[in-house]
Amino acid sequence: MKRFSLSDASFDIAPLRARLLDERAGAYAGFEGWVRNVNEGRPVLALTYEAYAVLAETEGEKILDEACSRFAILDAACVHRVGQLALGDLAVWVGVSAGHRDAAFAACRWIIDEVKSRVPIWKREHYADGDAGWLHPDPLS
Amino acid sequence: MSVNVLYFASLREAAGCDSEIVETPESLAALYASLRAKRGFALEADRLRVAVDGVFVDWNSAVRDGAEIAFIPPVSGG
Repeated sequence: MKRFSLSDASFDIAPLRARLLDERAGAYAGFEGWVRNVNEGRPVLALTYEAYAVLAETEGEKILDEACSRFAILDAACVHRVGQLALGDLAVWVGVSAGHRDAAFAACRWIIDEVKSRVPIWKREHYADGDAGWLHPDPLS
Repeated sequence: MSVNVLYFASLREAAGCDSEIVETPESLAALYASLRAKRGFALEADRLRVAVDGVFVDWNSAVRDGAEIAFIPPVSGG
């Protein structure tokens, strides 16, 4: 079963979480990234995410495989939205099951950080003043 | 030798197209430099990663005829 996927429509996390259920698991950590109404002081009205789908899926899968070998976890999964999103929409979800909570929290945090820095997905912000632009953050910032 | 170049995000916007077939110089760096000059891309090559046929590669990798090449601007998912 694939651990990472892109979704071009809003999705329900309940079935994703259910796939991680495991009798060996004493902990589950989940992260949801939501569309926020401001970025660096500029009011934001909406977002568009674009991905290089083939590479995003292989890179995302690689991150989740790495997480499973770096941390004492049972399984992990991640879904990232593409397309048009409104304020408050779920943009990305990460779920991790583990024997104990320390590893679940640590792996969940590591996965979202790696996804943000490595997976070829780009965000276009639509601002309240009518302007819009792609974000290409400097890795040092 | 020609390759199919894919554009994403601000590069797609600046190019005005998702992809184009181009006659390519011998190296990935020279290819990006020529496209940057032609299309007016703001991003310098040292801020980009490069992928060939859907796999991240080193900028020094060889270019083969018919390859699908994507210059990857700094990502902003999440």
